[in-house]
Amino acid sequence: MRERSMVPEPEFESYYGRQIIKTPTWKTPDVPLYLFLGGMAGASAVLAEGAAVTGNEPLERVTRIAAASGAGLGTVFLVHDLGRPERFLNMLRVLKVTSPLSVGSFILAPFSALSSAAAASQVTGRLPRLGRLAGAGAALFGPPLATYTAALLSNTAVPAWHEAHRELPFVFAGSGASAAGGLAMLLTPAAQNRPARRAAIAGAAVELTAAELLKRRLGMVAEPYVQGRPGLLMRTASRMTAGAAVLSLLGGRSRLVSAVCGATYVSASLLTRFGVFEAGLASARDPKYTVVPQRERLAAKASAKTTV
Amino acid sequence: MRTNSFHGPLADVQGDAGYEEHPPRMGFFTDTSVCIGCKACEVACKEWNDVPDDGYLLSGMSYDNTQALGASTWRHVAFVEKPLHPTTTDLGLPGMGPPGWDTHESGLPQAAPSGEDQATASGDSGVRWLMSSDVCKHCTHAGCLDVCPTGALFRTEFGTVVVQPDVCNGCGYCVSACPYGVIDLRKEDGRAFKCTLCYDRLKDGQTPACAQACPTESIQYGEVDELRDRADRRLAELHEKGVDVARLYGRDPDDGVGGDGAFFLLLDEPEVYGLPPDPVVTTRDIGSIWKHVGAAAATLLALGAASFAGRRR
Repeated sequence: MRERSMVPEPEFESYYGRQIIKTPTWKTPDVPLYLFLGGMAGASAVLAEGAAVTGNEPLERVTRIAAASGAGLGTVFLVHDLGRPERFLNMLRVLKVTSPLSVGSFILAPFSALSSAAAASQVTGRLPRLGRLAGAGAALFGPPLATYTAALLSNTAVPAWHEAHRELPFVFAGSGASAAGGLAMLLTPAAQNRPARRAAIAGAAVELTAAELLKRRLGMVAEPYVQGRPGLLMRTASRMTAGAAVLSLLGGRSRLVSAVCGATYVSASLLTRFGVFEAGLASARDPKYTVVPQRERLAAKASAKTTV
Repeated sequence: MRTNSFHGPLADVQGDAGYEEHPPRMGFFTDTSVCIGCKACEVACKEWNDVPDDGYLLSGMSYDNTQALGASTWRHVAFVEKPLHPTTTDLGLPGMGPPGWDTHESGLPQAAPSGEDQATASGDSGVRWLMSSDVCKHCTHAGCLDVCPTGALFRTEFGTVVVQPDVCNGCGYCVSACPYGVIDLRKEDGRAFKCTLCYDRLKDGQTPACAQACPTESIQYGEVDELRDRADRRLAELHEKGVDVARLYGRDPDDGVGGDGAFFLLLDEPEVYGLPPDPVVTTRDIGSIWKHVGAAAATLLALGAASFAGRRR
């Protein structure tokens, strides 16, 4: 493995090598798919409103439908992941700021309603003013929808997710923008997809920068993002995103190049979410990532005490 | 409205949760120095709480076939077996120890070997035994409770943390949020389960089943304030006797979870028993988490708007 760390394995004790925290029970592919769809849908709602303001009807149509179907499909995966799916409405019993899943439910529910209304109005041509109003509302809930999922992962005891809480929202924001832009590039005529192309390129830049910062800041806890299967997923995703960004900068005006770039952005965003998700699972399964950073923290506290 | 504190010491846990009048905070002090590994606590817990079995596999981990806390294991007795005099010559023979014996034998602070005369040595094999009955810590700042989106997990009037099975929808967030790896989903049921500190028995003024069954008073039940004093006295007593490896775990209200409602006296580093050495409730960082999400959401909105700026097409 080329990118494997050359630092010697840290020594630590454990109970028969067993993991300390539990592996998250969230299912694959339900949850990573939801992370992807939420990001794509949220960013699409923003593009839809931009398209509406600038009178770009073909782009508006594509992004409105993308926002609504992303939210709808995402909700299906989210409900399917529950141990008791018939009780999914219990999510709306309370609103707790300490629970990103609770806050997220109150983002997803209005977003789904508003984006569906906007898309329905767009497709049928009925109630255009209400449709625009709903679309503007969806555009406001869109960015929170695309990024709260980072809080969902970070607000856990899972080392690779929790320690990444500063960068992960930006990884998801960028990944959502490049997915939404990419999907619009794939489905909109080249003459009208310039804003989508720009959003995808900017999203790619945000995502790649944030992911790089994450790997540098996390030290040993970043290992799951570069090693093994999640590492392969992350590497493939970032190469695809970077490639699509370069290609769309150079030849985005061609319909064919635009479509190829668009599909690449979308696939890369999907891979990124699987990579981030699986990196977290890997960090939960190995007691090293729980014990060693906590030991280092205790040692730092102890040495701070003695020097004072 | 009062604001809840998300970390740090908390004098009135129930008051912070909204109880105006309430009984004192109740908890466990598990003194592992007198644990004999009889597993009466495991059995009593299963019996009283009607917890289903979770398999009859042999683990190869000393006498511990229970292996870990989980949805259907609310008390878990750990058995740590370590040779007192590790052999110095490696004959390259297959190891006799449990899996992971060699790989994780460590060079960390060598508190352990000094426990030679402080733990049970069995015959001439020279094995040091550590036994410890683990349980849900009923944290002052409980990650599971903080992240539960349905309100199924709640703080009782006794300051303990309990799941309401009729509300839980099995989202599994609590499982990822527990820094100790205590709570889990029961697969065939779909919902999350863990120790209730025998909420039903407490309401009736009774002692939790595990503490009631413990023959050596290793598991002590009582008011948390009183248990903390008792633990301090026991620690001082052991230190006086020269058992310098003894330490308290989860007793300190200044730790990352604001102190545990169920805390321990251990004879080695926490990780030797499968416990995290410095657990921190994830919600301590919730302010920073939302701040970064907010900034990222604003970035996405700005990025979207900027994509339409300039020359219109």
